[in-house]
Amino acid sequence: MAVAGVLLKRSVSVVPVLAVVALIAFLLLRFSSGDPVAQLAGDNADPAAIVAIRARLGLDQPLPMQFLHWLWRLLQGDLGTSIVSNQPVSTLIAQRIGPTLSVSITTIVFSVLVGVPIGVFAAWRRGGWLDRFAMWTSVTGFAVPTFAIGYFWIYLLSMQLGLFPVQGYAPLSAGLGVLLWHLALPTLTLSLVYVALIARVARTSLLEVLNEDFVRTARAKGLPERIVVFKHALRNAAVPIVSIVGIGVALLIGGVVVTESVFNLPGLGRLTIDSVLARDYPVIQGIIMVFGGAYVAINLLVDISYTFFDPRISAQ
Amino acid sequence: MFSDFSRRSLLKAGAAGLAVGMMPRIARAQSSKVIRAVMHAPLRATDPLINTAWTGRNHGLNIYDTLFSTDSKFQVRPQMVEAYEVSADKLTYTFRLRSGLKFHDGAPVTSADVIPSLQRWTKRDTMGSRMMGFVAELKPVDDRTFQMMLKSPYGQVLQTLAKPSSIMPFIMPARLAAQAPDQPVTEFVGSGPFRFIASEFRPGSRAVYERNPDYVSRDEPSDGLAGGKIVKIDRYEWISMPDFQTAANALINKEIDFLEAAPHDILPSLIAAKDVTVADYNPLGFMSVVRMNWLTEPFNKQEIRQAVMYASDQADWLDAQVGNPEYYQASAAMFGVTTPLASELGWNTKPDIARAKDLLKKGGYKGEKVVMLQGTDSPLLSGSSTVTAQKLRAIGMNVEVQTMDWGSVLARRVKQDSTANGGWSMTHWVTTTTELMNPLASTVLDTRGKNGGFFGWPEDVEIESLRNKFALEPEAAAQKTVAEAIQKRAYDVMTHIPGGQFRQPVSHSKALKNIVHAPAPLFWNVEKTA
Repeated sequence: MAVAGVLLKRSVSVVPVLAVVALIAFLLLRFSSGDPVAQLAGDNADPAAIVAIRARLGLDQPLPMQFLHWLWRLLQGDLGTSIVSNQPVSTLIAQRIGPTLSVSITTIVFSVLVGVPIGVFAAWRRGGWLDRFAMWTSVTGFAVPTFAIGYFWIYLLSMQLGLFPVQGYAPLSAGLGVLLWHLALPTLTLSLVYVALIARVARTSLLEVLNEDFVRTARAKGLPERIVVFKHALRNAAVPIVSIVGIGVALLIGGVVVTESVFNLPGLGRLTIDSVLARDYPVIQGIIMVFGGAYVAINLLVDISYTFFDPRISAQ
Repeated sequence: MFSDFSRRSLLKAGAAGLAVGMMPRIARAQSSKVIRAVMHAPLRATDPLINTAWTGRNHGLNIYDTLFSTDSKFQVRPQMVEAYEVSADKLTYTFRLRSGLKFHDGAPVTSADVIPSLQRWTKRDTMGSRMMGFVAELKPVDDRTFQMMLKSPYGQVLQTLAKPSSIMPFIMPARLAAQAPDQPVTEFVGSGPFRFIASEFRPGSRAVYERNPDYVSRDEPSDGLAGGKIVKIDRYEWISMPDFQTAANALINKEIDFLEAAPHDILPSLIAAKDVTVADYNPLGFMSVVRMNWLTEPFNKQEIRQAVMYASDQADWLDAQVGNPEYYQASAAMFGVTTPLASELGWNTKPDIARAKDLLKKGGYKGEKVVMLQGTDSPLLSGSSTVTAQKLRAIGMNVEVQTMDWGSVLARRVKQDSTANGGWSMTHWVTTTTELMNPLASTVLDTRGKNGGFFGWPEDVEIESLRNKFALEPEAAAQKTVAEAIQKRAYDVMTHIPGGQFRQPVSHSKALKNIVHAPAPLFWNVEKTA
């Protein structure tokens, strides 16, 4: 019931958010430099050809008309057609979403599996060598650029040891093992910063909880440390961790451009860059709407998950 | 207890890692019948007539065929055409197609397909449209024969039909050729040696071609774009890799077979790789061009345009673009260094600063701002702009370099406004020598001005007259004389400044043999050994 309430409330609030995203996406592109018609027409185009192409694409219409036309089609689920490749935008996004989602999922799963235990260990042994090592690692994770980490892994694990491919993507249909094998280096590359982020948040959050009265009470009752940390403290420290994981997923979906380039993953990040460089307005607008929708959906899921970790939230 | 838990976790993680490490080694040397090639750019627009992008041309060469082709000696040779005749008055050309030519959908190639294909193409291509100005009628005689009737003799009919670079006269089925010239075709049916696998096309990422088993090759060896086109592989995958370092690593690691355009600074590592060959298969290479805008101050004055040339040193541009002198050649040639029309008339490619300053004074330069559009997508685009800006400042010019991506340069350079209103003064770019080797195809020698001319909009009646004379001249020796006159005049009025010629070697696996020497990457005739 509480979950249904949260869902309903948040779903309604999604509409104005997406409307604002749509408007900003449209205006940003129209007011940026560049002209898709000039690129389409080619070097030798005469002015009449440019006028004809502009009219065919509807780019000769006043901006409000262009926006309303696009919005009307959007409401019908039609993201439009690429100016450059002449393919439906939804098809292009569907072709490219697999690699982006796959590497985002493997990265976040790996980061949680590694980052949370590091954070927990660091908090549990605060000030010890593990804590210092974890924090040093997390600073490194934040400080080293993603592409540098990527090239390091390529050099070491591909070129020298031959363990993984330098580049490329295999769909799930090729087998889970093959998929994971191709995603190993991008995942390791992207994970460093997220492991660092999650470990730091987990450590801070757990440290705060470990100083609470109920933890002291649990220890006074003679509960084993494992039960105190995992059953009592960690669950109470989970809300900030879940928040940061949610933000991490959202950032990953929209922010893996460099990694997709270094490892040649044909994902949404590269589609975005290609479309921006070609001024392919419908594709860019479609991608922004998809990213916007994904952000909203992930935030919704994170909010719902709070009710699981902290029942007081659903009671409010 | 806590420590035990930790140890178990670590052991599990280690085991998982080991499992991953034990997976089969990289899928090297895929089938010996598949070539995986990383090209200079991905395929996005699939209609080769829509723009002049080389990607469209390369795509077209795979799946379409042309009536005539140019061989490695720049001679025109029949391709789809079996035989042709020219009437004594040189007004009627009769062409007969080879028998057995078929489109990928199984339909025979007929005169009824050729004529609309040529008509659509001539509306997109400058060389084609110039020829059509002389054409009275194109008419079918029978399924395999058609005629071109001219209003007056035209010396470039065959050279036009054999145009070796963008935009090429590809032959499509009549139903596709009926598409409006400014609207892309959405079906990819040609009669070329490869078939396009549309279901595997990922725009900007991957394009796949398979051998066309019905292709009827000429019974001759491959020679440039001409001759036999026997496909010896089953499949060719055109892969996009935005990062050339990754592509080079992938080639060394045997994950790909072919890398079209590794940047020159990466070539030493590829040359050193054990299983990689670095070779140059493009006999003409590439040329840089510096273009000034005749419509805006200060380059609306001839003396000031000339001052830019005398302030410049081609070797400096080429050093900034390419770096290694082994791959470049300074040359005044406007039609390419090794082409039949090559000539060094007009400039010694070296600076003459005193003369440049004198010309500035004569031109009445008063410090007007030079707006330079600098594409930053590649060192080939950006390096030379930086050099020019410094050279011009050194002779006292006021230069503002505006850096942007190439898409923005394309959008800006069509503007004919003043620099204060979003216009521009000069820009650099790179093109294939093939596109400049003929005065009629060379867009930088289009001097029709702001009404119909090429951006930069030089206007010169004399050059247009010489180009027309070249078009009407059938003899090679006389064509060369006219071409030299065009080059000399172009240097006088400064249509553009040639930036020198350079080579862009291809890097490929040693398993690939018999790659054709041609001005575009070709995958017929290539064999892949196991």
